Amino acid sequence: MPINIDKEIEGSFQIIGGNFVNAGEASTQLKLLLSKLGVDEDIIRRTAIATFEAEMNVIIYAAAGRMHYHITPRGISIKVDDMGPGIEDIELAMQEGYSTAPDWVREMGWGAGMGLPNMKKNSDIFKIDSVVGEGTTIEMVINFP
Amino acid sequence: MTLKEIIEILDATVITPLGDEALNVDIRSACSADLMSAVLYYHTPDSLLITGLTQAHVIRTAEIAGIKTIVFVLGKKPDIYSIELAEEKKISLLSTSLCMYTASGRLFQAGLPGCLYK
Ligand SMILES: Nc1ncnc2c1ncn2[C@@H]1O[C@H](COP(=O)(O)OP(=O)(O)OP(=O)(O)O)[C@@H](O)[C@H]1O
Ligand SMILES: [Mg+2]
Repeated sequence: MPINIDKEIEGSFQIIGGNFVNAGEASTQLKLLLSKLGVDEDIIRRTAIATFEAEMNVIIYAAAGRMHYHITPRGISIKVDDMGPGIEDIELAMQEGYSTAPDWVREMGWGAGMGLPNMKKNSDIFKIDSVVGEGTTIEMVINFP
Repeated sequence: MTLKEIIEILDATVITPLGDEALNVDIRSACSADLMSAVLYYHTPDSLLITGLTQAHVIRTAEIAGIKTIVFVLGKKPDIYSIELAEEKKISLLSTSLCMYTASGRLFQAGLPGCLYK
């Protein structure tokens, strides 16, 4: 199916920290939108995984956040920013297996320390910026083939 | 391996109603994990997820990963909210009293390989 994007599409979702019941809703909505647009399956899967990991981190670590998406004929740009504790050592946080998730989060199946590496793996451009005490911003671009 | 065969091998009970189409779905690989990011990192789409966690976000993880069948081990069953979510997302849910090791071992022995790292 050809990609049905002749104009740019933008939108955003609110993400509420600690809200595990609706966790993944934003990423699922975006996934649905991309399906409707006829975007390539593999691109949809990569976008869904990357946004879901970002969304989960906001839910686990921050008070609140927002996911903004921008779809163009060239690809998908995503920006996830949160009002949270921020990350002190980004290089360390990017390492596979590094996690500060508390036990109750681990009991729910999170805290493998794979979320940020997963986002990087699935996006063509990945940027992370964080200010301790203020929050974290993740920017990702996934290009269409 | 069909879902029907998997149900027999694991002595599994079916949580979500399964039609003939779902029972005959061909499953080519499986992934055993309690860590959701590991599922998202290592899974292959259309594989079987074997897990001990039953919360709603496990269903969402499966949806994001393109996993259409989940087996809960140790006889665990999700709450009604998760079951409804799974039905809505067309994800089949099974439960087996076996532990994760035994469930995985039986399926592997029957010829179902693990997910390939991509
Ligand atoms: N939005 C955020 N705000 C504050 N800290 C964060 C945020 N995102 C990640 N971190 C920090 O970076 C660490 C690594 O994050 P990452 O997503 O890679 O792993 P995780 O969330 O601990 O486990 P997983 O994602 O595998 O379930 C986290 O444990 C946390 O300390
Ligand atoms: Mg994470």
